[in-house]
Amino acid sequence: MNLNYLSFEQPIAELEAKIEELQLVGNDNDLNIAEEVTKLRDKSRKLTESIYNKLTPWQVVQVARHPHRPYALDYIQRIFTDFEEMHGDRHFGDDNAIVGGVARLNGVPVMVIGEEKGRGVNEKVMRNFGMPKPEGYRKALRLMETAERFKLPVLTLIDTPGAYPGIDSEERNISEAIARNLATMSRLKTPIICTVIGEGSSGGALAIGVGDKINMLQYSTYFVISPEGCANIIWKTSEKASLAAEAMGVTSDNLENLGIVDETIPEPMGGAHRDIDSMCETLKESLSRQLKDLSAIPMDELLETRFERLMSYGSPE
Amino acid sequence: MNWLNRIRPKGPTGTPSERSNSVPEGLWKKCPKCASPLYRPELERNLDICPKCEHHMRIGARRRLDIFLDTDGRTEVAAEVAPIDRLKFRDVKKYKDRLTDAQKKTGEKDALVAMSGTVKGIPVVAVAFEFAFHGGSMGYAVGEKFTRAAKLALAENKPLICFSATGGARMQEALISLMQMAKTSAILERMRIAGVPYISVMTDPVYGGVSASLAMLGDINIAEPGARAGFAGPNIIEQTIRQKLPKGFQRSEFLLEKGQIDMIVARDQMRDRLSSILSKFMHLPEPVDA
Repeated sequence: MNLNYLSFEQPIAELEAKIEELQLVGNDNDLNIAEEVTKLRDKSRKLTESIYNKLTPWQVVQVARHPHRPYALDYIQRIFTDFEEMHGDRHFGDDNAIVGGVARLNGVPVMVIGEEKGRGVNEKVMRNFGMPKPEGYRKALRLMETAERFKLPVLTLIDTPGAYPGIDSEERNISEAIARNLATMSRLKTPIICTVIGEGSSGGALAIGVGDKINMLQYSTYFVISPEGCANIIWKTSEKASLAAEAMGVTSDNLENLGIVDETIPEPMGGAHRDIDSMCETLKESLSRQLKDLSAIPMDELLETRFERLMSYGSPE
Repeated sequence: MNWLNRIRPKGPTGTPSERSNSVPEGLWKKCPKCASPLYRPELERNLDICPKCEHHMRIGARRRLDIFLDTDGRTEVAAEVAPIDRLKFRDVKKYKDRLTDAQKKTGEKDALVAMSGTVKGIPVVAVAFEFAFHGGSMGYAVGEKFTRAAKLALAENKPLICFSATGGARMQEALISLMQMAKTSAILERMRIAGVPYISVMTDPVYGGVSASLAMLGDINIAEPGARAGFAGPNIIEQTIRQKLPKGFQRSEFLLEKGQIDMIVARDQMRDRLSSILSKFMHLPEPVDA
């Protein structure tokens, strides 16, 4: 099994392996081989298309957690310029599971904050696999309040398996850290755009997810409890995660229907990790357009719309 | 059911352990902590605090408000709010049927009861979670009723008091329940800016999405003795860190030591202590017993 591919993608992996093999044996003059490679490439593309056109919610969750999926810093480096990272919550420490700082989007100064899972074992450990502790959320809050003072829009990138469930998190009141962010973001006097880029897990995601525009990448996921956790409670086994993912509606199309997500940002065929540059271009275009739109709205109106939307969650239409 | 059960004469119902208790069902209750047999009428007079070990037993939402508010001048708030199954959620059972069962069992539409009234003469709005309804979990109806109660408190400049008892967000309403965290936090932020007091009283237990929103945002955070409150449940934490948790972890006494709550208040002191605090916040004379 090719670990670069998810289990349901293995037919694609086999084709790609064949293509690679052919390219190794063939020499440049061999037209037949070149023709065969072109054919196989075409087949691989069509196969990817047919698999991705009917992904189940549980498969989307797997794509959202793909080890090669671009993380917050991948986007920050490619979409923004002149990023200056800022550290620390000023009370306890610096949490590497959340990165944030000032940057420019098409020349416009902004505050960007993201949850970062980290690539490779060492970085993953350093970033606690993208599970923030209270100091991470308090750093995010500090940066958001800084943004408010200097009239910088806030852009957040959500990607976390959840807030860290540990003794230290509880000792430092992770609940209060999340709650305080929700409360403050509901009235922060600057435009806020939130984008789920991978895994949006529960309160740990929402803690940087209250804003004027809520986006999801096409194959990202957003849930109140992980499908495994939900399955564990209902069926007493995480094996039923696919059923739980189905029942909870963890994909962007469902959440758009509920009015919780505004926009689904399309991904390259086969997922963001297949073509990071084109993914970044698409996301940059969406963020720039939304930022321009939001910046034209008078602040009072922006805040009232944000508040009324929060009040409407779950109400019958 | 096997054939023996069918022919056996109907005996006392209840679980074997209850039956072997050898006390008449209904009149006596065993303290879940110290196991003392307690005479129910006396226990009720004692506000469901064990007279032997002072264990605070779980009580329902209506009883909670009943022992907290003054007897006269109570009005129920937002009683019309009912749950909605927007996702048509079903697992081994339909969520709709789970709701019907919980409604029959508790007589409530959902897991929150809200009332306006007075506490030792101070006008307040008070809400209480019904833990027996689906583990006191917060979905649309709980978030909505809490928000309406807070809006009333804001409009009438009355303090809001919340008694929480909950397992957290209600997963059968998926992201709608997650969004109730943002909704309730947003209205509490408006109260904070307007300077209308909000007191959060945590009663056993308070976890997850409720802990990480309305329960931790009080101007004053209070817990009953021995109540457990936290974000992640002890099982989840033990699975994550693969070690046993220290004794008393996430109990009120721990929360006080870690600076998360202002005080621990026993149930029979709740009216006195809260009315005394609120009278100062509201610039009213110190309340006296009627």
